[in-house]
Amino acid sequence: MPKAKTFQDLILTLQNYWAKQGCLILQPYDNEMGAGTFHPATTLRALGPRPWNAAYVQPSRRPTDGRYGENPNRLQHYYQYQVILKPAPENVQELYLGSIREIGLDPMLHDIRFVEDDWESPTLGAAGLGWEVWCDGMEITQFTYFQQVGGIECDPVSAEITYGLERLAMYVQNVEFVYDLAFNEQFRYGEVFHQSEVEFSTYNFERADTEILFQHFKDAEKQCQALLGGNRKLALPAYDQCIKASHAFNMLQARGVISVTERAAYIGRVRALAQACCQAWLDSPQGAYTPRYG
Amino acid sequence: MPELLLELFSEEIPARMQAGAARDLERLMVGALSDRGLLFEGIKAFSGPRRLTLAIAGLPAKQKDVREELKGPKVDAPAAAIEGFLKKTGLTREQLKVESTPKGDVYMALIEREGRETAAVLAEIIPEILAKLPWPKSMRWKPGVATRWVRPLHSILASFDGETVPFSFAGVSSGRHTRGHRFLSEGKIEVRRFEDYEAALKKAHVILDAEERAAIIFEGVKSAAFVHGLELIPDEGLLAEVSGLAEWPVVYVGSIEDQFMDVPPEILQSSMRTHQKYFALRDPKTGKMANKFALVANMIAQDGGKEIVAGNERVLRARLSDAKFFWDEDRKIKLADRVKALEGIVFHAKLGTQAERVARIEKLAGEIAGKIGADVAKAQRAAHLAKADLTTGMVGEFPELQGVMGRYYALHDKEDAAIADAIRDHYKPVGPSDEVPTDKVAIAVALADKLVSVIKFIDVDERPTGSGDPFALRRAILGVIRIILSNGLRLSFFGLTKIVLGAEKNSSIHRAATEIGVLDFTMDRLKVALKEKGTRHDLIDAVFSLGNEDDLVRLVARVEALQAFLKSDDGANLLAGYKRAANILKAEEKRDNRTYISEVDEKLLPDAADKALHAALAKAIGAIGPALDKEDFAGAMREMAALRGPVDGFFEAVKVNADDPKLRENRLHLLAGLRAALHRVADFSKIEG
Repeated sequence: MPKAKTFQDLILTLQNYWAKQGCLILQPYDNEMGAGTFHPATTLRALGPRPWNAAYVQPSRRPTDGRYGENPNRLQHYYQYQVILKPAPENVQELYLGSIREIGLDPMLHDIRFVEDDWESPTLGAAGLGWEVWCDGMEITQFTYFQQVGGIECDPVSAEITYGLERLAMYVQNVEFVYDLAFNEQFRYGEVFHQSEVEFSTYNFERADTEILFQHFKDAEKQCQALLGGNRKLALPAYDQCIKASHAFNMLQARGVISVTERAAYIGRVRALAQACCQAWLDSPQGAYTPRYG
Repeated sequence: MPELLLELFSEEIPARMQAGAARDLERLMVGALSDRGLLFEGIKAFSGPRRLTLAIAGLPAKQKDVREELKGPKVDAPAAAIEGFLKKTGLTREQLKVESTPKGDVYMALIEREGRETAAVLAEIIPEILAKLPWPKSMRWKPGVATRWVRPLHSILASFDGETVPFSFAGVSSGRHTRGHRFLSEGKIEVRRFEDYEAALKKAHVILDAEERAAIIFEGVKSAAFVHGLELIPDEGLLAEVSGLAEWPVVYVGSIEDQFMDVPPEILQSSMRTHQKYFALRDPKTGKMANKFALVANMIAQDGGKEIVAGNERVLRARLSDAKFFWDEDRKIKLADRVKALEGIVFHAKLGTQAERVARIEKLAGEIAGKIGADVAKAQRAAHLAKADLTTGMVGEFPELQGVMGRYYALHDKEDAAIADAIRDHYKPVGPSDEVPTDKVAIAVALADKLVSVIKFIDVDERPTGSGDPFALRRAILGVIRIILSNGLRLSFFGLTKIVLGAEKNSSIHRAATEIGVLDFTMDRLKVALKEKGTRHDLIDAVFSLGNEDDLVRLVARVEALQAFLKSDDGANLLAGYKRAANILKAEEKRDNRTYISEVDEKLLPDAADKALHAALAKAIGAIGPALDKEDFAGAMREMAALRGPVDGFFEAVKVNADDPKLRENRLHLLAGLRAALHRVADFSKIEG
């Protein structure tokens, strides 16, 4: 097996692999979000009876993880490769291992392990059981069977596979410093993203106007609630606002203006929005779509 | 005789749950079999990363036939009662017999039940047991199936006497196949009997028995270490965990780069253990941690493990870079300058910030230091700094290094060595097997830290309940008890509680309730602690219920003296005499509606035995008090022992309930005197036996 030599090779390999498994290959969602799970293709599609198989790259923003471009593997903006399979196929672990072989990690040469790691997102009211997948002691994937999203039981259960792309690429390319990754044959990761990490770290920690952020949070919350009121509920636009509120909260955290006690209250407010959006989605045509089995 | 082999093959089971699940499976099976009258010769449960297995040897092929006679209602009983009996026995009225008894004619039912085939019984009970297995956390996975398991279940092997036991559970039908190692074997394996099963798995690179895996790892790490002239730093918890992470454990050795070797060894070990589950090695001659570690893989790699070792070394390098970063960064800010940051950390909603907590600990530590002869200023300084390391990056990353890091940072800041040690040791004892601090400064801070938690949480009504102890108060007070007893510290619990509550503005009633609550809670734990040493809990009650004993060392000394006394002949007899006296008093006091209080009329003691007891009591009462005051508990017991003869003589010679009412009253007063004398030492009515 040839190894995926560059960062973009890795993405292309995964895209091709999961397309072959019958996944819709979607594109990143155009909202700032903390993880690929927030993409409506996962959060909302994990609910309701309709089967759904999708894969996509999602830029993930974690303002507090910014290190001004100085840490070897911490970034405030990084890429996740997200796969959602609903219902979870019986051979989903084998499918996953197939993807690992495809990118050039041979399980006969490496030590691949599924180590307990249950996943929970308090802001989404979501939880699942699963593992982090280890390759030679390195966590390369999060693997979760969704049990609940937006406080609603998932039936059928989806399997979610999330690869941290930079970390995986560092392993495959044998690189110790994320900025040294070959993005393609000409460019290193640092040439593409280092300046962005420095500037955004400064913005996240120092420059972002907290008054504006607080206002963003309130506006998004208000708009979300308005879209879910009345006779004509708009689940998808409302969910966009929920994502925006969540990101504003993450930014406020990075600016250090939310105390420990307030933190729980803010998480509760985002969760309330997420739950209402999930319920509205289930009442919508796609959310309620019931396939005829057999 | 036939055997049962049952295997549940699933996706990876969390290591921490495996052993418990095997025990539960065995327990539930034993219960279900015995409920159905199925005896067996042996049972053993196994667990591992992907399977739970149960092997039962020597089961009968069939249940025994049952033949029993049941007695029913009388022939002339109400129709409903007879109907009920028919329903219970499953018979018709014609099938009942009538038998005459002295009370009249009654219906008798003869019940004959043929024993069922064991295989059929098993097919019924196994799915029930599996549904009952209590996983700490379980999940759904199959559309339309609500049954839960720890992770998706792939197959069930159930074979009785070589034949499949047919049933289905969680949408999986039982069969006779299993699978081997995820990567080192291929395809299904057919198995019918346990002896083939274990061997077939071994061939397929699966070690069934967790103990065997642990032994392979232990020996593997030991010999790998030996090759490098090193030895394993034993770690039972880690060994158990990694035994649950590999079906075919293979030990490899990796190296730690020199640049990390000046980081404190605890940090290296925590980094390796918590995140990576590596074993630390040390030089047997110097005892110093070595720059090598042992890792356990689940793989015999085709390249001899080169990639695996290189990969793990790289991961460790990244981890240790983080740790080294924290180590370097944290030392830039003095521990003393970190104390202020504790004001911004909420400890508990009702108890305020960590800073407020530290202020309380500091105050109490100073007071305790004064009482136990420790350096007060040092104890206060150590308490002041004790929680400052919670604000460091290192403790944020490795919470288990709290205290340990505080000590390193304190030494770096040139704090006194006793203060630095106390910062580390004030968390001790962490568990029942951990040692207690012995240095006086550390003792003062360790006691203060734990007591402040116990007292303050009880004060705001957050005491542990039967189901939960979220603030680990039981462990804290047990630590207090161990520190006090093993160091022989003379402290008043009421006094300590008062110090902690001193500045609070609560009502005096609330305050008194807290003081008593703390002491009661302590006594409950003391009983548990002493029970393990073989001390009788009723004797603790007997001494404690005299009231006002809030000095644990003295309390225990009294209890132990009492226990030794009661084991002696004199003690046992005196207790019997006491019980007799107390019983008589109880009955007569009830009848007379009054209490006897040993107002003995010395002129009304007609019998020599009366006089002897009276004289002995007067002597004992006079001597027991001073002995107790001097804490000469053995002496107090000797004084009590001297009462045995006169008490026995009294009961032999005289009739307490004399015909003369005056004499009766006087003798009851005498017995009340005995009760009062013994109650100086302990409330004998609380003593069992």
